[in-house]
Amino acid sequence: MLAVVQFPGSNDDRDMRFALKTVLGAEAELVWHKHSELPAGTRGVLCPGGFSYGDYLRAGAMAKYSPIMAAVRRFAGAGGPVLGVCNGFQVLCESGLLPGALVRNHGLHFVCDFVHVRVEQAAAPFVSRARRGDVLRLPVKHGEGAYTAAPELLAQLEERGQVMLRYCAPDGTLCDAVNPNGSVANIAGVRNERGNVMGLMPHPEHAVEEAIGGSAGRVILGSLVDAVRGLEAAAGGRE
Amino acid sequence: MSHAEPVVDRALALEHGLSHEEWQRVLELLGRPPSFSELGIFSVMWSEHCSYKSSKSHLRKLPTRAEWVIQGPGEGAGVVAIGDGLAVVFKIESHNHPSFVEPKQGAATGVGGILRDIFTMGARPVASMDSIRFGPLDDPRHRYLLQGVVDGIGGYGNSVGVATVGGETQFHECYRGNILVNAFNLGVVEADSVFRSRAPGVGNPVIYAGSKTGRDGIHGASLLASAEFDDASEDKRPTVQVGDPFTEKCLIEACLELMATDVLEGIQDMGAAGLTCSSFEMASNSGTGIELDLDAVPQRETGMTPYELLLSESQERMLLVAKAGQEQRAFEIFERWDLDAAVVGRVTESGRMRVHWHGDTVVDIPVDPVAKSAPVYDRPTREPADLRERQKLDLASVVPEEDLQAALEALLDAPSLCSKAWVWRQYDSLVQGDTVLGPGGDAALVRVRRTDGTPTRKGVALSADCNPRWCWLDPRAGAVAAVAEAARNVACCGARPLALTNCLNFGNPEKPEIMWEFAEATAGLGEAALALGTPVVSGNVSFYNETSGRAIFPTPVIAVVGLLEDWERHAVSWFPGSPEGLDIVLLGETREELGGSEWLALRRGLEAGHPPAVDLAHEKRLLRLLEESVAAGAILSAHDVSGGGLAVAVAECVITGPEPVGAEIELSEAMRPDALLFGESTGRVLATTADLENLLGRARTAGVPAHRIGKTGGTRLRVGAPTGEAWIDVSAERLRRIWSLALPRRLADGAEKEEA
Repeated sequence: MLAVVQFPGSNDDRDMRFALKTVLGAEAELVWHKHSELPAGTRGVLCPGGFSYGDYLRAGAMAKYSPIMAAVRRFAGAGGPVLGVCNGFQVLCESGLLPGALVRNHGLHFVCDFVHVRVEQAAAPFVSRARRGDVLRLPVKHGEGAYTAAPELLAQLEERGQVMLRYCAPDGTLCDAVNPNGSVANIAGVRNERGNVMGLMPHPEHAVEEAIGGSAGRVILGSLVDAVRGLEAAAGGRE
Repeated sequence: MSHAEPVVDRALALEHGLSHEEWQRVLELLGRPPSFSELGIFSVMWSEHCSYKSSKSHLRKLPTRAEWVIQGPGEGAGVVAIGDGLAVVFKIESHNHPSFVEPKQGAATGVGGILRDIFTMGARPVASMDSIRFGPLDDPRHRYLLQGVVDGIGGYGNSVGVATVGGETQFHECYRGNILVNAFNLGVVEADSVFRSRAPGVGNPVIYAGSKTGRDGIHGASLLASAEFDDASEDKRPTVQVGDPFTEKCLIEACLELMATDVLEGIQDMGAAGLTCSSFEMASNSGTGIELDLDAVPQRETGMTPYELLLSESQERMLLVAKAGQEQRAFEIFERWDLDAAVVGRVTESGRMRVHWHGDTVVDIPVDPVAKSAPVYDRPTREPADLRERQKLDLASVVPEEDLQAALEALLDAPSLCSKAWVWRQYDSLVQGDTVLGPGGDAALVRVRRTDGTPTRKGVALSADCNPRWCWLDPRAGAVAAVAEAARNVACCGARPLALTNCLNFGNPEKPEIMWEFAEATAGLGEAALALGTPVVSGNVSFYNETSGRAIFPTPVIAVVGLLEDWERHAVSWFPGSPEGLDIVLLGETREELGGSEWLALRRGLEAGHPPAVDLAHEKRLLRLLEESVAAGAILSAHDVSGGGLAVAVAECVITGPEPVGAEIELSEAMRPDALLFGESTGRVLATTADLENLLGRARTAGVPAHRIGKTGGTRLRVGAPTGEAWIDVSAERLRRIWSLALPRRLADGAEKEEA
């Protein structure tokens, strides 16, 4: 079962559940921010997009103090897969589950558009359905999405293969013109060192139906669904 | 009384915006002078903004009924059935004056207010549009206003999680002293679960929920929205409210959750005139009275007077009437969302509004005379003395366009015709995952879901339109054209127009010339709505849009909502990239009409003439043809021909798709080429088809003129006559660059100039 965390101010929570449950056929439930435990049987956690607690202070800064995030930290600590999208990415960075930070877009405006991202690491549990170098067309919609990391941290992320996705041209080349928010090194998504927590600014849940936003988002969410099914099969085998 | 209140007399009443006659009426009604709080109540309830006292006699003539209309004007929003037990709820509303005084908060609270109108009726808000109009962009103040308004709309709309899928952005000298910000929202509801503004059941608790009440927005409706601007309008900034989209988002979710139970009897948002307006309307609609205890109202500030508590326009607040004994279930839901909620009163059978504060009765007045018997004025009308002068245009004396390609490029670069991506890229147009066609096309198309989130085959199409220049030249013809264009836009994607909502933006109704414009425009609106079968189900009137005596052009913005039974079978508005070589068909006829055109204004500096004629019978046939041909697959793309005429419409088809797609166009009509290319004859649509005979056959049967004028393909746009050199021969990429950079360039140029 996949748990989709619902903060007050989450906007893409139901969209995420729809993508996982209705489109990809996985079990998925919304989990309220005031709960201090994840439901029994949780094999993966998703932090969706939106404006948690209004994000009046700094995106994601309040959400890290919510009861559910303590449970998510424990879950991640035990190696469980956690995926943050947009505001969820911001929450995971603020919570210390992911390195770096997301700051105001360099253009200073909120930006809603379709972008292309290049897969840098085609690894389970989040990007196993892709190959390295694949280009995905996904929407972004955020005001604070410029990924930032100090030079030493950035070097470390690159060296350890923690950069998962980069903004690119449709043919996969990198340049400033295709970077929608001024992210350092065109970074659109990163994972933690252990590889079980990932965050990305683009919205895979809004690209799961060919006629509405395209279907590139299935690569990301489908990978997680595959991984969770694997975990469930393994657990079933043991029981 | 435990606080000092001003003495209420005629002078104070006049200061509150009441007229001599209205003051007299208050005295007769009560048989005594009102208390200070009561005066405040009369002044807002009888303000133009709340009472529609100048417009009512004209609005009554509008067609409002059809088999599919569940709720027409009179509630928070209109409700229209779309089949399978579902309905859409929609309305457009102005927030002009607040946005001019404080663009970001003014626009934001405009969005917040319209959203509350929608979810108040039990519907989940799913799609917003915004029609915004400014003065010229070379004025730094208007660059600031544009950025502020866009920031406000985005900041609020993005945060509450409702997609902004369309709208319009225009610029004209007439808005230099008074910008327009009109916000539209549409929600979806199960048709048997529509909530209304009611306060039935003596003894039922009246519950307040949402943000705490503060001193913001007092007299927003009466003093800000119902008076002209002058040089001192900056001083009115404190009457603008401040929005909190996070609370609104929680309020939406909590209210929808509560509405799924059977606890509620009635609900209304506290919008204009706050607690006063909502309680009066709810009681009046049910023929009851309300006893209110102001001490129970959640308050953000200390020491608020009853006058302030009653008139505050603090945002994100709702008033509910629950079934007696069930209030606890409501409180549990509000608590879950960390929202304030309190019982602030009871429904009574007295037919009176009694308000208590600190042990005193501060208001005791009958409900109906205040809510229902607001004065209605049949204000005098007079045709503007210069109207005939405006309409004079001798085409023979207009110098023909010497460089048709340069004219096309100039039009694509014009602020009112160029790409508005700079605006709508700042709005989340995708949230909720149902946006089939987003901003930038003729109409937006949104997939409909049931309340439980199950997607359906149905799609709703939306478009908001108005050509204010046409309305200035001929308000009746302009309003007819606005309805026709909005309906045509909706039909271009294949939808059947169902109904409309309107935001009527005009000057000071106390001037007979303005009132004449209003009367003419509403007559045109009614005529077109009737002919096209799209009744008026909701709307809003915004008067006093003038500064220092200069009124805006009459701007009746029309938003039409249409239904597509199968959203997957829709047409796009741009030339499809594949297959290549599609036939391009012009539906409708081009006449030699340059009156009121963009070309005439931009290239000849003339705003004159009669706007193009509208043949409503033809429009109706065209709507039907579009709907049936898109459903049958005989039309792959369809784009309305409007501002800038045929040449601009073709260019838009070439450059607005995911990739530019070139075209060769051959026009053989015998008329001056500038009129052929840039004239704005109505009732025309550019369609592409892979089955020419089929489409031409359908058009013949429908009685719609149709001519093949070219084919798609390549990377250039060429337009010419059958003989001679091409009038236009230009790369699609060049046109796209001009069109897409026009707005950012002006904003950047301005910023540089300011720095220099």
